[in-house]
Order: sequence, then C-alpha cells, then structure tokens
Amino acid sequence: MGKRDAIIAEIPRLRRFARALVGDSSVADDLVQDCLLRALGRLGLWRQGGNMRAWLFTILRNLHKNRLRQSSRRPPELPIDEVSGISSAPAQEQQLALRDLSQALASLPEPQREVVLLIGLEGMSYKDTARILDVPVGTVMSRLSRGREALRNLMNDGGLDDKPSLRRVK
Amino acid sequence: MTPREPFNEFDIHAFVDGGLDALRREKFEDWLADNPEIAQRVAAYRRQNEELHAYFDRLADEPVPAEMMARLANARTNGFSSVLLRIAATLLLLFAGAVGGWGLRGLDISPAAPFGLPEYVERAVGAHIVYAAEIRHPVEVDAAQQNHLVDWLSKRLGNPLRAPLLRNAGFELVGGRLLEDAGQPAAQFMYEDDAGRRVTVYVRSHQGKKTAFKFSGNRDISTFYWIDAPFAYALAGDIPRQELLGLAHVVYEDLVR
Repeated sequence: MGKRDAIIAEIPRLRRFARALVGDSSVADDLVQDCLLRALGRLGLWRQGGNMRAWLFTILRNLHKNRLRQSSRRPPELPIDEVSGISSAPAQEQQLALRDLSQALASLPEPQREVVLLIGLEGMSYKDTARILDVPVGTVMSRLSRGREALRNLMNDGGLDDKPSLRRVK
Repeated sequence: MTPREPFNEFDIHAFVDGGLDALRREKFEDWLADNPEIAQRVAAYRRQNEELHAYFDRLADEPVPAEMMARLANARTNGFSSVLLRIAATLLLLFAGAVGGWGLRGLDISPAAPFGLPEYVERAVGAHIVYAAEIRHPVEVDAAQQNHLVDWLSKRLGNPLRAPLLRNAGFELVGGRLLEDAGQPAAQFMYEDDAGRRVTVYVRSHQGKKTAFKFSGNRDISTFYWIDAPFAYALAGDIPRQELLGLAHVVYEDLVR
C-alpha cells in the first residue's frame, strides 16, 4: 500500500528527530512507535497530495508535547554516553565539540530546541516548521534566532580569535 | 539591527539555511564581507548545523528495529467509515475476549467504541479529528469575518445561531465551516488556545427534549454533548475531561445568555 510505504520511508528521519528532541533513545523510539501507530490509524483521514513528512512530524511533536504535559517534568538531558554506539568515531576534537553540542542542545528551552532541530537538522522550510508547530512563521524565526544565539554562546563559538570562515555558496 | 542595514535578522538565517535567491545571496555575501561580526555568527550557525548532522545522522542510517516493523505490520489502517470502525471494534472485542486481550495494543481503535452514542456526536468527533488537525485550512470562514460566518450558518441551519465566546476560558475563535450531517446542514466552530490546542463546537438542528451534559471519550477525543432545542451541540477536544467540562459550561451559558 502506497501510503503505508510512504510512512515507513519516513521512519529513519522520525527516529533521528525524536532522538535529538528527547535525548533518550528508548523514549525516542516509543515516541516514534506511537507516532506511526497514530498515523496508520488516521491514514484514512489523510488526504493524498499532502506533505506526509510534515504531517508525521506534526503528530510526533504533538505526542511529545502531550507526554511532556502529562509528566510535567523537564525532558531528560541528552545522555552523552550513548554516543559510544557511534560506528565511525569522530576525531577527539570533534567528539568534544559534539559533546558540547548535545549538552547545549539539552539546555535550550523546548520551543527553541524543536525549531533549531527541525530547521538545522531536518532541513524543514520555515513554512513547514510553522505548520508543524502550529505557530506563525515570525514565531519560528524568533525562536530560531534565539536558539542559535543561545547555542553559540553555550558553545563559546563566537570568540574574537575565532576567525570567521566565510564560504561562498554559489 | 538598524533600519539602514540592507539585511535583517531573518535574512541572516535564511542565508544560513539556503533560503535566499541567487541575487540576494550574492548581495548578502558582499554585505557579510563588511560585517565580520555577522560573518562570525553565520559561520557559527553553519557549524551548528554540521555538528547536528555529525551527531544525529547515524540514527537515520541505522536499520529500523525489527520490533518496530513487526508492530507496524500488525497495525491496521483505519478508514473513515464509522460502520467499518464499529465492525472492526466488535470483531476485535470478540477476538480479544477469545484470546485474553492480546493483540489489542497494536490497533488504534478504542475498545470502548461509542456504541449507543447519538450519531451526530460521532459525526462531530469525526469532523473534529479531520479539521482540528488541519494546519493550513482548519476553517472555511475565519474569525475575521465572524458576522458573515454566523449569518451564513444561521441561514443554513434555519435558526439564529451564535458562535460561543470562549475567550475568558483562554480559547479564541479560529472560524467555522458548514458540514453535512445525514443530509442535514451542521455547523462547526473551531477554537484555539495559546498552546495551539483546539476544540470544536458542533451544532445541528434538533427538536428533542433538553438534556444535561453527557460525556463520551473515544478515539483520543473527549466530547460533551447536549440538546437544547432547536439545536443539538457537541463540544469536542483532545483535552482533559475536567477542562472540557468547564468549557462546556462556558459554551452553554454563553448561548443561553
């Protein structure tokens, strides 16, 4: 069945996003599982020609929000140790930077984290991000701006001795 | 950023994310050459994106866990038809009774299917599920044209109608639409709160006896419904029962005012 296959094709991206969003890999996979079942359950309501990816991310993110609301706890910190499962271990220096990134990410407020991830990691357009989060594009932009600045400050990535590496994108 | 600058905060991010067209991108790069602080930010944001990929991409490359695929294979896809849903739910209950409940988890059908629920309430729930999830076109006529919306729906339903005011309860009117309910016109008003949660008020003509609020919870959606001639109402939302009941009182009181 075409629509079912289209859903299955999105699983890797959903897992990546869920993991980046919640940190813990088993919680993330539960979230993806719930999302997929929900999506399959509502497939009859989904209109052909819509954006399947954005629809799935919307479901996933709403489930995550419900979960946060229910538990009303702070989301767990990103467990740094779990990066040991990485197959091609990055160089020491990069490893450190990545550790910084995961910690910095975990300390962002939830609304900023999801925007930074949807755009920076998932490559969603601003418009799709606004649809997924059900907020105006302007809100997405201000969260993106604050989120990226916060990450930059947290990672000390703006020092004056850090020469800007400006690349031309043609 | 001062208004004299040719680019704003939005453009900086659009540049990082490849959202500027070729001409503007070139101008931006020139501007960047004269603005080292901005260039530093741009470089940092790009590194953030690269590091996000370095850190999380391996998850996208991993094979999907077998357990996840197995549960997906067992899950059924639900269509629209409430008749089919009922048949499926009935069969499922029989089946579940036979094998002691195993197999219920994978299906997205509440075992407490709403048997005996007035049909209009089922349609109200269906309409809520379909339209409340809609991001781009949740309503046919938006709240900016509220007078037109209410006049139009009143005319179609044959009695003067009001869009209940839920602002004090934290929900703003998004708009409404005309729906078909067993060959009769019905109206749906949609509301949204700060958190983006949506509730809908479904109204159709009804000459039955006045009833108290009745509650039904199914398919993740909670509903309070009641009859107050010439209309029957159903308030539906994916929000906690107590909160929805509070809203039902607000709707009721606003409508009898």
